[in-house]
Amino acid sequence: MRAIIVILMLGQALACGSIAEPIDVIRAVSMEGEGNVEAAAAWRELAASEPSGLVPILRGMRGANPLAANWLRSAVDTIAGRAGTDLPVAELGDFLLDTRQNPRARRLSFELIAKADPALAEALVPGMLADPSPELRRDAVARLIGQAKSLAEAENQAGATLLYRQALGAARDIDQVKAVSKQLRELGREVDLPQHFGFLMRWKVIAPFDNLGREGFDRVYPPEERIDLSETYDGKGKKVQWQPLETSNDFGIVDFNKPFGMLKEAVGYAYTTFESEAARPVELRLGCKNAWKVWLNGELLFGRDEYHRGMRIDQYRIPAQLKAGENEILVKLCQNEQTEEWTVQWEFQLRVCDSSGTAVLSTKRLATPEAGSGRRPNRRAKQDETK
Amino acid sequence: MRTMKLIAIACAFALSISPSHADWLQFRGTDSSGFVAADPRLPEILDEKNIAWKMPLPGRGLSSPIVIGDKLVVTCSSGVEQDRLHVLCFSSSDGTLLWERQFWATGRTMAHEKTCVAAPTPASDGERIFALFSSNDLICLDLDGGLLWLRGLTQDYPNASNSLGLASSPVVVGDTLVVHIENDSQSFAAGIDTATGLNRWRKDRTKRANWSSPVVFGDRVVLQGSEGVDVLVPATGEIEWRYGTGASTIPSSAVGGGVLYVPSNGLAAVRYDSSNKSVEETWVEGSLRPGTASPVVADEKVYVITSAGVLNCADVEDGERLWRIRLEGPFGASPVVAGSRLFAVNERQGLLQIVDLEGEEGEIIGKLELGEMIQATPAIANHAIFIRSDGHLWKISRP
Repeated sequence: MRAIIVILMLGQALACGSIAEPIDVIRAVSMEGEGNVEAAAAWRELAASEPSGLVPILRGMRGANPLAANWLRSAVDTIAGRAGTDLPVAELGDFLLDTRQNPRARRLSFELIAKADPALAEALVPGMLADPSPELRRDAVARLIGQAKSLAEAENQAGATLLYRQALGAARDIDQVKAVSKQLRELGREVDLPQHFGFLMRWKVIAPFDNLGREGFDRVYPPEERIDLSETYDGKGKKVQWQPLETSNDFGIVDFNKPFGMLKEAVGYAYTTFESEAARPVELRLGCKNAWKVWLNGELLFGRDEYHRGMRIDQYRIPAQLKAGENEILVKLCQNEQTEEWTVQWEFQLRVCDSSGTAVLSTKRLATPEAGSGRRPNRRAKQDETK
Repeated sequence: MRTMKLIAIACAFALSISPSHADWLQFRGTDSSGFVAADPRLPEILDEKNIAWKMPLPGRGLSSPIVIGDKLVVTCSSGVEQDRLHVLCFSSSDGTLLWERQFWATGRTMAHEKTCVAAPTPASDGERIFALFSSNDLICLDLDGGLLWLRGLTQDYPNASNSLGLASSPVVVGDTLVVHIENDSQSFAAGIDTATGLNRWRKDRTKRANWSSPVVFGDRVVLQGSEGVDVLVPATGEIEWRYGTGASTIPSSAVGGGVLYVPSNGLAAVRYDSSNKSVEETWVEGSLRPGTASPVVADEKVYVITSAGVLNCADVEDGERLWRIRLEGPFGASPVVAGSRLFAVNERQGLLQIVDLEGEEGEIIGKLELGEMIQATPAIANHAIFIRSDGHLWKISRP
């Protein structure tokens, strides 16, 4: 008996070993197609695996770059496609419940479970309400929204409100947050969307500097060299100095047209601080239809010189590392020369969150400003915020 | 005798790996002209009986189907962020789903609500499928869905994206796949080795949003953009000649009889004389201004659908308009022609219209309403027309 167990264990170890090697080869793929040739051979080996190879491949996605994850995902699809519904549900379930694993891979394991055992997958959904994978969380939130709606239809307003509140707490996808907050407001509850998302609402702003010929995007103006909020600079045709600008917009839109007028060919800057309890990775998520650059603690994170092609929440996801204590965030916002009505906007929205979209709030965050001072005109709110 | 036998074997081998006559391998067909020879087995008088099959699709798409033998390949994008990319392969005969592969977008997926991430049409060399998405994910599969290579072009070139969405379809010529990614921030064209996915060449392009697609022009490739067109050698990226009077950034050029018809100041007919390396502008006709749909050339005529949905027929020799008829528009999809039959599907109701091009004037001889918004250009192959919407894939053929 012992001999049989040893043989089985050896077989399993060999199987894992044979899978580990091609997984490593695939994980080595990088930019501009480097590693593609080796990965193709490794992929063929992986794709020929038995269904028992599914979970080791899914595990291989942890920490893998997005290209490697796609290679591995495709091997999973191929194996699962061949296997039909004869899948290792228990092992896939173990993988699903291991929240340290790649969130997208965990969602894939859920979909494989759903293929093999739809009722089991359905039963797992409510437990995903606080899952770090936004895709897994979404189904659980959708179920709660449905239940809340049923209660509201049965005129159980108190019950509906509770379930909607629970759903809002868990929701990360913009469409679900909007749908739930609308219902809660109709039920008479206040909803602090800026806090839910983690939008930064209070800024110091300075403008205009020159952006004639769109050259201001590359030009280095004084705020990029040093932040001194008491300083006055030579701006575009006049002296400029920092001034406060706060927004009460539900989606954190900071509108430069408010303090500076509807300028063209102008560059402005917005500056704020963010207090973090500890050093930690975050994402700065920006929405902007003007050319922009973002710095964190003096380090340029990213910039993009595209004008008026659209704006939405989380349009750009910028990985960043906060330090413990005060962090300085600087945004450069460039307006171009276009004169059409749809090129009036000179604005951005910026939030701090983790990779799942859960807000990360400054430890010194103040209450969200009251509506009125920072609310933007509805005509544009409709066009841009809800995309 | 032995030599003859070897030649015969070589020819048979070449035929076995070449695209079959019935294939439709990329945007607007294998040679990207939008034109194929007459096929008497294609339907003409349309009604519900002509719907051979209708299959559901798992996501949105403006990309056209392509056809390789009996395999019909379609791309889709799905998910709340449009970040789930699908490549599906159906049997063109009966609509059976043969395989599906999914990928996660590695680039930005934001797009105008009218378009989506599955906007570029895939291409094939008859052995491989090259699927490009607006997220700049470029995936190469074999005909059985085996992954051969992939690229994340926004991973490689981080500002190569358009917040309204990209739409340029790649083309394959020989063993080079040409991708044309023009936008306001980081524009480039690249020739990619079809076997490995590695760059053969990459060149910066004008920083200006552009949704037009490269066109195969003999053994050259035409890149069209706001400044005009560049005609290049696909293996090296070397620009052989240029027509620099500006061009549209939405409809793509048409080709026919060694002449390039460029959407530029209306429509311009341009030819290149390689003996003296001169570019000749044969004519420019301002009234032949294509809307979103690209023009198509057939039987010495060029056909242009304007933004008002008017189909214009002009002589390729001088651009003189011969006739025009109003179709039921508007059109996002480009028209395609088989012999003397033009197929155009409109946007709002998915109304397929067949125009007889043989008479003194064009005549609409068949209509079939598919009842869904359709922006994807149809494919013609295997004696059928293949059309896709955001939700379905149809085969239209004779009963």
